[in-house]
Amino acid sequence: MREQGQWMRGLLAAGLISWLLSGAQAAEVSAPPQALPLSQSEASLDERAQRLGAELRCLVCQNQTIADSQAELAMQLKREVRQQLARGASDQQVRDFMVQRYGEFVLYRPPLNDATVWLWGGPALLLAFGLGALGWQLLRHRPDKGDTP
Amino acid sequence: MSALQPRLSPGRLLGFGLPLALFAALAFMLARGLQHGHSEALPSPLIGHALPAFVLPQLTADEAPRFAPAQLKGQVWLLNVWASWCTSCKEEHPVLMGLSREAQVPLIGFNYQDKPELGRAWLAQQGDPYRLTVTDPDGRAGLDLGVVGVPETFVIDKQGRVRHKLSGPITPEVWRNTLQPLIQELQGA
Repeated sequence: MREQGQWMRGLLAAGLISWLLSGAQAAEVSAPPQALPLSQSEASLDERAQRLGAELRCLVCQNQTIADSQAELAMQLKREVRQQLARGASDQQVRDFMVQRYGEFVLYRPPLNDATVWLWGGPALLLAFGLGALGWQLLRHRPDKGDTP
Repeated sequence: MSALQPRLSPGRLLGFGLPLALFAALAFMLARGLQHGHSEALPSPLIGHALPAFVLPQLTADEAPRFAPAQLKGQVWLLNVWASWCTSCKEEHPVLMGLSREAQVPLIGFNYQDKPELGRAWLAQQGDPYRLTVTDPDGRAGLDLGVVGVPETFVIDKQGRVRHKLSGPITPEVWRNTLQPLIQELQGA
């Protein structure tokens, strides 16, 4: 019985996958014949827009990037990024555009400056402190100090 | 014998007290962060800078000339970003109606990402507190203003600079404690 159940599940999964694949194929076929395949530059624009989107914070869903979010504002910003890249803007120009409007908070990866120096340096400092304390303790309790049985 | 050792030798104090102090400091910072919450509005990068220029059609009168912020140069004024789909806008609406009755400061509406007919219907239904309202259906001008969520209110000084940005509804308290004193100060300047 159990084997049969597994077999059925496998069949079901295979059916589902092939159905999805055929759907994708159908969609491809039904595209208007005059539509040209994506040119190289279009594809690379999409890729750049996607990469930039993954660096920008969604302002209304602050723990997501705009690439991850379906929020209205995120969709709008994604369109804006794509359009600016299509007009020939550099990645940095797009980042500056966003920072100018929403502040540095919009950058998912905070830049290193006076305000964020503790954010970047803090963990390393704590690690150094912890290692230092550990080393100090180990040296202090060295067996040859005579406090072992 | 160890029992006779002083209880608070410098080494013990350091080994025990320092981590404790560090932990307490961290806990304090995290607790403060929790209390602030993320409702705390982010400071707008526009503060102290000129309001980004826009030229937009008016919502209520198709024939009326387009509005640009430069037209109000020399006055202190408020730009209130709202939409018919925004529930907190309903909350602040009575305050805005009061402001418009008292006529202390020009109030310009900015109908953001809204269908103009819905915006017009909203004003007809709730009352229109604005000297005029511009319409930005696709939100492109709102993007330049850094609009994140409505309602938002900008206080603009006589030179056309943004002096304050409020995210969220204008409550009577916010008006009394923050906006009114600032506006009076700017008007006197």
